[in-house]
Amino acid sequence: MSVAILRQGDVLIASIRADLSDGQLLALRDDLAERTGADRIRGVVLDVGALDVIDSFVARSLRSIVEALRLRGTETVIVGIRPDVAIAMVQFRLNLEALRAVLDLDEAVALLDQLTDREDADGG
Amino acid sequence: MEDDVRIPIAADTDLIPARAEGRALAERLGFTRTDATLIATAISEIARNIVVHVGQGEIVLRALDDGRRCGVLVVASDEGPGIRDVDAAVQQGYADSASLGLGVPGARRLMDEFELESSPEAGTTVKMVKWRVRDDLEMLRERRRRNDVAG
Repeated sequence: MSVAILRQGDVLIASIRADLSDGQLLALRDDLAERTGADRIRGVVLDVGALDVIDSFVARSLRSIVEALRLRGTETVIVGIRPDVAIAMVQFRLNLEALRAVLDLDEAVALLDQLTDREDADGG
Repeated sequence: MEDDVRIPIAADTDLIPARAEGRALAERLGFTRTDATLIATAISEIARNIVVHVGQGEIVLRALDDGRRCGVLVVASDEGPGIRDVDAAVQQGYADSASLGLGVPGARRLMDEFELESSPEAGTTVKMVKWRVRDDLEMLRERRRRNDVAG
């Protein structure tokens, strides 16, 4: 399988394992939108470290994943964009405003806690 | 000189081998990983234009060598209806397809040379090149290697 989705508490961790075709990316979006509602998911960490290339279609698909999940009440954080891929994305001048990206899983979970006011919810 | 690598493009899944072959050729020619990624990204973008707008076409990859520099030539061709306003496509992307607004100008920024020819009769051909300048040490080694082969 090219994407592994693990659940850890109320966070889903979706790891892309191999270069995805366009169709597989869209299927991932649908799958995540479905599962976040069904499983009461607070946040999604999307690991894109295996993506060799993030061109305009892939960037747009990632953005549409982030936006669709937000409408389902779920925040998404992207992790693992490779350095060479990051440089290509900038040179391409892709519009990346919607993407929240961090370096690794720990940072992603910390950011999700912050975005979803985890402390408040636990305290109250 | 290496043989051309030809990759038929008929579906979005064909983009994966097209990108991989482009990256592999760039790496064989000594491009950095970052440059190989720029080349693979440009190939992906241009190949996707073929899939979305025409349905099928072909990507040809060729190693270039002009002594001081080596390069990757990418030729993407299709026999589709052509692009009405080539200048606009190259400058701003296709106005009539919001989904590909960034494709052509983006690919152009990733490469050193970029040419787009299009007509309703002959379809569309994109030629793009990324160059890598050889340093002095590499030039010396290359000359020695050639002399060895000749001798």
